[in-house]
Amino acid sequence: MKNKNNIRFVQGNEACVEGAIYAGIDFFAGYPITPSTEIMEHLATRLPQKGGKFIQMEDEIASMGAIIGASLTGNKVMTATSGPGFSLKQEALGYACMAEIPCVIANVQRGGPSTGNPTHVSQGDVNQARWGTHGDHAIIALTASNHQDVFKITVDAFNMAETYRTPVVLLLDEVIGHMREKLVIPEPGEIPVVERLRTSVKKGIDYHPYLPREDGRLPMSDFGAEHRYNVTGLFHDMWGFPNNNPEVVSELLRHLVDKIENNVHEISMHKEYWMDDAEYILISYGSSARSAIHLARNRRSRGVKLGVLELQTLWPFPTEMVKEKCAGAKAVIVVEMNMGQVVTQVKNAVDNPQTVFLANRIDGQLISPTDIKSLLRMIQGKGV
Amino acid sequence: MERSRLVFSGSGGQGVITAAIILAKAAAIFENKSAIQSQSYGAAARGGSTRSDIIIDDSEIYFPKVIQPNILVCLTQESYNKFSAIIRPGGLLLVDSKYVTIEKKVDAKHIALPMYDTVIKKIGKPIVFNICMLGALIGVSGLIKPASILKVLETTIPEDFMEMNKKALSLGLEMGKKEKY
Repeated sequence: MKNKNNIRFVQGNEACVEGAIYAGIDFFAGYPITPSTEIMEHLATRLPQKGGKFIQMEDEIASMGAIIGASLTGNKVMTATSGPGFSLKQEALGYACMAEIPCVIANVQRGGPSTGNPTHVSQGDVNQARWGTHGDHAIIALTASNHQDVFKITVDAFNMAETYRTPVVLLLDEVIGHMREKLVIPEPGEIPVVERLRTSVKKGIDYHPYLPREDGRLPMSDFGAEHRYNVTGLFHDMWGFPNNNPEVVSELLRHLVDKIENNVHEISMHKEYWMDDAEYILISYGSSARSAIHLARNRRSRGVKLGVLELQTLWPFPTEMVKEKCAGAKAVIVVEMNMGQVVTQVKNAVDNPQTVFLANRIDGQLISPTDIKSLLRMIQGKGV
Repeated sequence: MERSRLVFSGSGGQGVITAAIILAKAAAIFENKSAIQSQSYGAAARGGSTRSDIIIDDSEIYFPKVIQPNILVCLTQESYNKFSAIIRPGGLLLVDSKYVTIEKKVDAKHIALPMYDTVIKKIGKPIVFNICMLGALIGVSGLIKPASILKVLETTIPEDFMEMNKKALSLGLEMGKKEKY
């Protein structure tokens, strides 16, 4: 039996905060921006309560720098922002990729480009999460459509950041961030929490910050504590010192990409609704998945074999899983609030890209079940 | 129960959004129903018309917005003019009689109650206008138990303000119960 103290009625942004607290966040730095501000606001209260540190920085660039530094010194860290702020964070995000520094960046998406449509929903930053920072790299980006899942994927984001020593992007959106619904806070231990892997090398003995163990993981040493070492955004050797030897460069880049792309099966998370016998499949994520599920439940009651595949991991894209789930479907409709970002990935994944369609909305309004239904009827040859 | 789709509208500062959160929270936590509250934001912080959507149901709610409310509450003329057309046929329209003059007839039960005036006369503080409105709404519709609202208030409102809120809720309930829907 859950006691009532564990039941909240909160915004998605607060569900994200509670997830971060559960995962063991120690430090948050940020700069307020709609529609992500409540994450910052609630952490300003919650972090000091558990002995953590909260700091409002002068801008988003500094916030990103602050969490990277704090992470290196042994803390679990996070920042939160929206489109324009996410753009500003990209350079430092690439640094965190290169220097392999665990951190979580929440981007509560609003309409863009530029300052765009601050108070309205969008899912236009999916590709920015993947390729916003320059150069070849891999990234993890997670998303969710309800508060219980927002909580869960926030914990997952912290866990993956530690496991793979990488920045993890939480791609929420304005609808999820701002709407209120029930959240049941899990008991400690219900969701596993991954702690920082620290080196067993003793003080005074040479520590190689970038020398992987046999399992490929890199134990960390709290910066400024027991070992002296170098951290750089340049290609580097196992001591962390700059090195542009072709072998070092290619080996490091492969490592940065492979540690994530080779673990797609571990990182990939999705949910299925009425998928077993689905002839038509809706693929969606975030708040638009709610409309897809709403429509599918409604159509099922009328005998239409419609299923929903809800993606929770957007990057690395679960190509194999999508290919397998969509095999044999008469049509696949990708429901998203942008000009078609995930639909491109789905077309790449499936055997018959000509059966993949985009149901989108880009006017700042949440796509409705009726919007999707109109397209579905057209595809079924029934007219609207 | 049948799915209840509500829209609360008024002007910024009337407590429309707060009332919506209290109602949805009461249903979700104290009556074990599914409930979702959302609101539309503009870039401006004051004035203009505010709108908050609430859905309450026994089963899971996915699409969180209300397109056609079966209950519409309007606390200003501007919000009435803007939203009265979206009400579901046969629905309930609740307005404050001081602020709203019902102009065109829509296919819904119209109820105009002197909520603002009653609060000013009996309590003297407009701050609990929204709680009086919640009382009236529950009185008319029986949507949830008044006790559930009180439980939410107890957990969110400073003790010194509790008495005033209780009174506003019961004033609303009295007015609402006299109406038939």
